[in-house]
Amino acid sequence: MKSHLGNRIAQIVPTLLLVSILVFGLQQLMPGDPAVVLAGEERGDPRVLAQIRAELWLDRSLPLQYLHWIGNVLQGNLGMSWHIGQPVSQLILQKLPVTLQLGGMAFIVAVAIGVPAGVVAAVHRNGFWDYVANAIGLAGLSTPNFWLGIMLILLVSVNLGWLPPSGFVPPTEDWRQSLATTIMPAFVLGNAIAAILMRHTRSAMLTALDADYVRTARAKGLGEFRVIVWHALRNASMPIVTLGALELGTLLSGAVLTEQVFSIPGFGKAIVDAVFNRDYPVVQGVVLVTAFLYVVLNLLADILYVVVNPRLRSG
Amino acid sequence: MRRFLLAAACLLTFSTATQAQTLRIALREDPDILDPTLARSYVGRIVFAGLCDKLFDLNEKLEIVPQLATAYEWADAKTLILHLRQGVVFHNGEKFDAAAVKFSLERHLTMPASFRRSEIGTIDQVEIVDSATVRIVLKAATSPLLAQLTDRAGMMYPPKATEAAGKDFGQRPICSGPFQFVERVAQDRIVLERFPGYWDAKAVHFDKVVYRPMPDSTVLTANLRAGSIDLAERVLPTDVATIEADAKLRIVSSPALGYEGITFNLANGDRSKAPIDQSALLRQAFEAALDRKALVDVVFAGKYQPNAQAISPASPYYIPDIPTGPRDLARAKALVRQSGIPTPIAVSMNVPNTPDRAQLAEVIQAMVREAGFELKINLIEFASSLQAAAQGNFETYLIGWSGRADPDGNLYSFMHTGGGQNDAHYSNPVVDDMLDRARQISDVADRRAAYAKMWQAQRADMPLIYLFSPVNIVGHTAKLTGFRAVPDGMIRLQGLALGK
Repeated sequence: MKSHLGNRIAQIVPTLLLVSILVFGLQQLMPGDPAVVLAGEERGDPRVLAQIRAELWLDRSLPLQYLHWIGNVLQGNLGMSWHIGQPVSQLILQKLPVTLQLGGMAFIVAVAIGVPAGVVAAVHRNGFWDYVANAIGLAGLSTPNFWLGIMLILLVSVNLGWLPPSGFVPPTEDWRQSLATTIMPAFVLGNAIAAILMRHTRSAMLTALDADYVRTARAKGLGEFRVIVWHALRNASMPIVTLGALELGTLLSGAVLTEQVFSIPGFGKAIVDAVFNRDYPVVQGVVLVTAFLYVVLNLLADILYVVVNPRLRSG
Repeated sequence: MRRFLLAAACLLTFSTATQAQTLRIALREDPDILDPTLARSYVGRIVFAGLCDKLFDLNEKLEIVPQLATAYEWADAKTLILHLRQGVVFHNGEKFDAAAVKFSLERHLTMPASFRRSEIGTIDQVEIVDSATVRIVLKAATSPLLAQLTDRAGMMYPPKATEAAGKDFGQRPICSGPFQFVERVAQDRIVLERFPGYWDAKAVHFDKVVYRPMPDSTVLTANLRAGSIDLAERVLPTDVATIEADAKLRIVSSPALGYEGITFNLANGDRSKAPIDQSALLRQAFEAALDRKALVDVVFAGKYQPNAQAISPASPYYIPDIPTGPRDLARAKALVRQSGIPTPIAVSMNVPNTPDRAQLAEVIQAMVREAGFELKINLIEFASSLQAAAQGNFETYLIGWSGRADPDGNLYSFMHTGGGQNDAHYSNPVVDDMLDRARQISDVADRRAAYAKMWQAQRADMPLIYLFSPVNIVGHTAKLTGFRAVPDGMIRLQGLALGK
């Protein structure tokens, strides 16, 4: 097991290097010269374009640009945003807690709704509650986040006046307001993932409930709750953990539409704005950090496999 | 359950008591760098209006009025004398004086990557007469200079702090405006607080101003209605009815300085070989086939103003004789016949991919089809469309301009041979001559005459068909008083107050 984890940790560095090459290379394929975008009204003046290109190293060869950037990254310097003139690391530090909080809360919403609903649906297979859970799941999957967000704002904020319609307040400043500003977007985000989790939990539970060890547990006279939660759910949780880690990774890479609707300054908005403004250092920095989060989450999922599945511990 | 939800919501609901002295403004985009020398965006200028005072300001009638300069006089056509306001200090306590003016103008002129250089490049040198007087010597007589000093090029810096900050100035800008910088969280908020040392402190009625970018119009309107913002700039015409129906809100509309138009590629690379780019008759036919009023009615709920020139109806340089319609399909068809080019005539149009521009292009497509044009709409992301325009990779391009107070800012770089934004590569000696002449004279009537002559030549060539002038639409809470609608669209915080 230790060697397995060691291998996974050792893979992090080459993975991130590959990601850095990919993101650097792929953004070169984007149409739209950053110097032209940055020059704005001066874009017709070749001297201005040359000056911008020289200042941002855009006039050097691509390998040289990459080495310059990655060299700085390895020294902890992610560069400056070309668009707003702030250090990229500062932007990321401003946005990371927001994305972590929103993603974390959305994940809690997703697990709190998705897993119990999946268990209930499996236990009552083809029964009334199964249909109810499926209907809710289907609704969650097929409702666009953008639409649900705006409807919630109109209902909860505009008509009822219960919650603020948008914005983000850090919990360190005012935890109640922080909760108030993130509860709706977390619900919107979590709702869609809950539906996916519900369907996977249901199918994993159906397999587990048909297994011999469940029949044995029941034959031993264990209570139904204990059979379902301790025996079936625990064994069904491998695919749920895999899926959960993947979905959490997606959440942490930002949720563009939800962030847009609720004016939440997370990674999603940052990267979309940066792409439109051809702000390459921000795109590269945010993608690199997101990739790092993904890799770490997958590592955590690997560790969780061992916790839920003792057979892996001997390896 | 309902009671529980209500109680939970009450617990979480905003506490409004602490916000009484805060003004919350929604912006349509996140501004770029907060350094007046390096900044490029329209929306950034709105933030600067609270942060940085300028030598001059504009009033509702577009007249140039004093701000940090109390008066000016022309010693001769190339020498401008500025008299400076006394007792003004910057946010860091440095004194505003002639040395600060010299430093600031020279920073705008010499800083690498300065975007102000082209605006005030006519300045040859800045001389200190005494601590309250500055002499600006120009390379050539340039009448638009004063108008440039009402915008970012007229924003002043504290020399010591600016020197110390270097290129990082934009991270913590220091100026002499009514509010000083507190923090910026990109894509979320820019927070300013009242500057106690402001020279016109009695006109300031808030402790704090928070600017929040809200690009989506539905979200912006919902926030305005829910009371989480006090004022929203550039409200979409299609949202006006919703806001007007809300008794707690108000709408203020005023003519803006910009325009929307179709640029034709006359000589910029191979794409300029298209029939419509080579034939002025076809371009005139294209214009005759357009119904500007219908365009504005369909796409912008009739709120914008049909216009066939680059100058806003709010400007004294607007020439009412240039017709904006009506549509003349018979003339359009006759002109097409006269050109001798068989129909349907294929025309490709680059259109930045925003919903209103896409809709606008579709309506244009339907209108010109009747005159024999087969318009192909090429929806393209904004930054890519800019590059395509600069490289000449377009036949026609549907694009707008935010506008400047002086007509020169809407014309020179678009129409003059070799102009920075002359993507069409248009060149006409009469137009060049009149644009140059209008720069050298300051009498309004004489300048108008020069522009009128320019329009005559320009409209015969038709390198750009102007469609309409937008309107600045601001939505705000009914509690807000003192809002001044100046055509430049900036939100001046002086005089604004929130009632109970």
